[in-house]
Amino acid sequence: MTMAEMLALGMSKNEQPIETSWDVERVRADFPVLRQTVNGKPLVYLDNAASSQVPQVVIDRGSRYLQEEHSNIHRGVHYLSQRATSAYDGAREKVRRFINARESKECIFVRGCTEGINLVMHGYGRKFVGEGDEIIISEMEHHSNIVPWQMLCEEKGARLRVIPMDDAGELLLDEYDALLNERTKLVAVMHISNSLGTINPLKEIISRAHKMGVPVLIDGAQGAPHLKVDVQDLDCDFYIMSGHKMFAPTGSGVVYGKAEWLERMNPFMGGGDMIRTVTFEKTTYAGLPNKFEAGTPAIAAQIGLGAAIDYLEGLDREEAHRYEQELLRYATEKLSAIESVRLIGTAREKASVLAFVIEGVHPHDVGTILDYEGVAIRAGHHCAQPVMQHFKVPATSRASFAFYNTKEEVDIFVRAVEQVVEVLG
Amino acid sequence: MSALTELYNEQIKEHEKKPRNFGKLETANRVAEGRNPVCGDHFTVYLQYEDDVIKDIRFEGEGCAISKASASMMTRSVKGKNKADAEQLFSEFHQMVLGELDEETTPNQLGYLKVFAGVRNFPVRVKCASLSWHTMHAALEGEETTSTEDFGPDIASSQISA
Repeated sequence: MTMAEMLALGMSKNEQPIETSWDVERVRADFPVLRQTVNGKPLVYLDNAASSQVPQVVIDRGSRYLQEEHSNIHRGVHYLSQRATSAYDGAREKVRRFINARESKECIFVRGCTEGINLVMHGYGRKFVGEGDEIIISEMEHHSNIVPWQMLCEEKGARLRVIPMDDAGELLLDEYDALLNERTKLVAVMHISNSLGTINPLKEIISRAHKMGVPVLIDGAQGAPHLKVDVQDLDCDFYIMSGHKMFAPTGSGVVYGKAEWLERMNPFMGGGDMIRTVTFEKTTYAGLPNKFEAGTPAIAAQIGLGAAIDYLEGLDREEAHRYEQELLRYATEKLSAIESVRLIGTAREKASVLAFVIEGVHPHDVGTILDYEGVAIRAGHHCAQPVMQHFKVPATSRASFAFYNTKEEVDIFVRAVEQVVEVLG
Repeated sequence: MSALTELYNEQIKEHEKKPRNFGKLETANRVAEGRNPVCGDHFTVYLQYEDDVIKDIRFEGEGCAISKASASMMTRSVKGKNKADAEQLFSEFHQMVLGELDEETTPNQLGYLKVFAGVRNFPVRVKCASLSWHTMHAALEGEETTSTEDFGPDIASSQISA
């Protein structure tokens, strides 16, 4: 059946099983944390959108750094410091290759997406945004891509504009067009929604902003783990990533920025490693990327991110994506069959994030009962309270799948949801 | 009985579906709002507190089954009590849900509040069970707001792992 025929029959493309050759058991074996029981039941880890798990090769790499290379970077002439520096800057080159940045100096290491967005707020926003200017975000943003811009607007007398979404969780691009104007100084939107799963049409969003000469920041926290990212092809001005959502340790993350912006921006934090010369009268700043990396960074974590990238590049990522899409399709079909379940987030293009509410049952109680069955999900507002307000729910439950999850785990999850309905429905 | 059915026992489910003393209290002279910013639960507790006695108490707001049932039973159990007795009951309740008081062996005034004993098996739900109590306490102290962040970790010292 062709896509057009499917649509004519009222079927979404997600309703057909997707053929994949993904060897999930082989991949699962790479993740030691998955081999454990919770309350005597096998752990079913479906909270990947909050933090994904770490493969053995990443653990080993971090451990090797601590055992054999640990020392401070960029300042010691001794052997260990050189090894640490080379591993740390090596990880930066891996990031560059992974997202196809032009130069590795365009990849700034930060602790995660939140710090990354704050870096751009301070470095770009406080320099280039003034009174009466406007910043555009979207209704589905995570608090980390709302609050920094609100703080900036308050400080500068600027205005925050919001692209609305529809009830499927898709951005209304006509409304976006109406918001873009000569006062717009930045568009900041997420690649994939953590609370709805929506994959946003980035190229469209970016090209429309660029026609008005407006730079675009992409919150890639959920994008980088699920999709191949090519920052030159997207032509985004900033792309921000969190390592702990892409199979690396917490404390690792990246701000990709076009060099032309990073060079013109203010530094973020002041301190060691980000300077060229310091006197009490004046300090001059280091070049990229050091200008934005004050103080000793999370060296082991960033080296771990480099190892996670090696791991991901060793996988067939297109096949991984197809497999995740099949898990999503299967889980959506099974969960929708439960009468009192309502899905939150039904966009046409979705990543493997499945948010839902059960009539008459609070998501926290869902989370507790599922945990009792060994199933880890997230319950709450997902740091996206405006999304909860849009759907008029106080909170949702969210299962988010990675390429190491299985259909058997989906079955356990769905049975546990049925149990919730029995106990509390 | 599993830990789960002990937690979600019939009394708790019944109070969640039909909370007592639910709604605004027009005669209130002390009002406090309690929030759990982590999950979004929020309750307002209204007190008519005169001559050191909680003459009347009502609550409104929304939250999970545990927090709502706890708010309902809290209002029933402190109504008519003086401040010292209400605070003593809160202390016993809090120790019980933390697993620091054995309600069967240690003398206490908990009575039907013992149905919350099962919370001790679910440390992350202690804040849910105690939110309305903290809010009642804030209202007695004349504070207008309180937040679970201000309560401290709300875990028993024995549960802090190495």
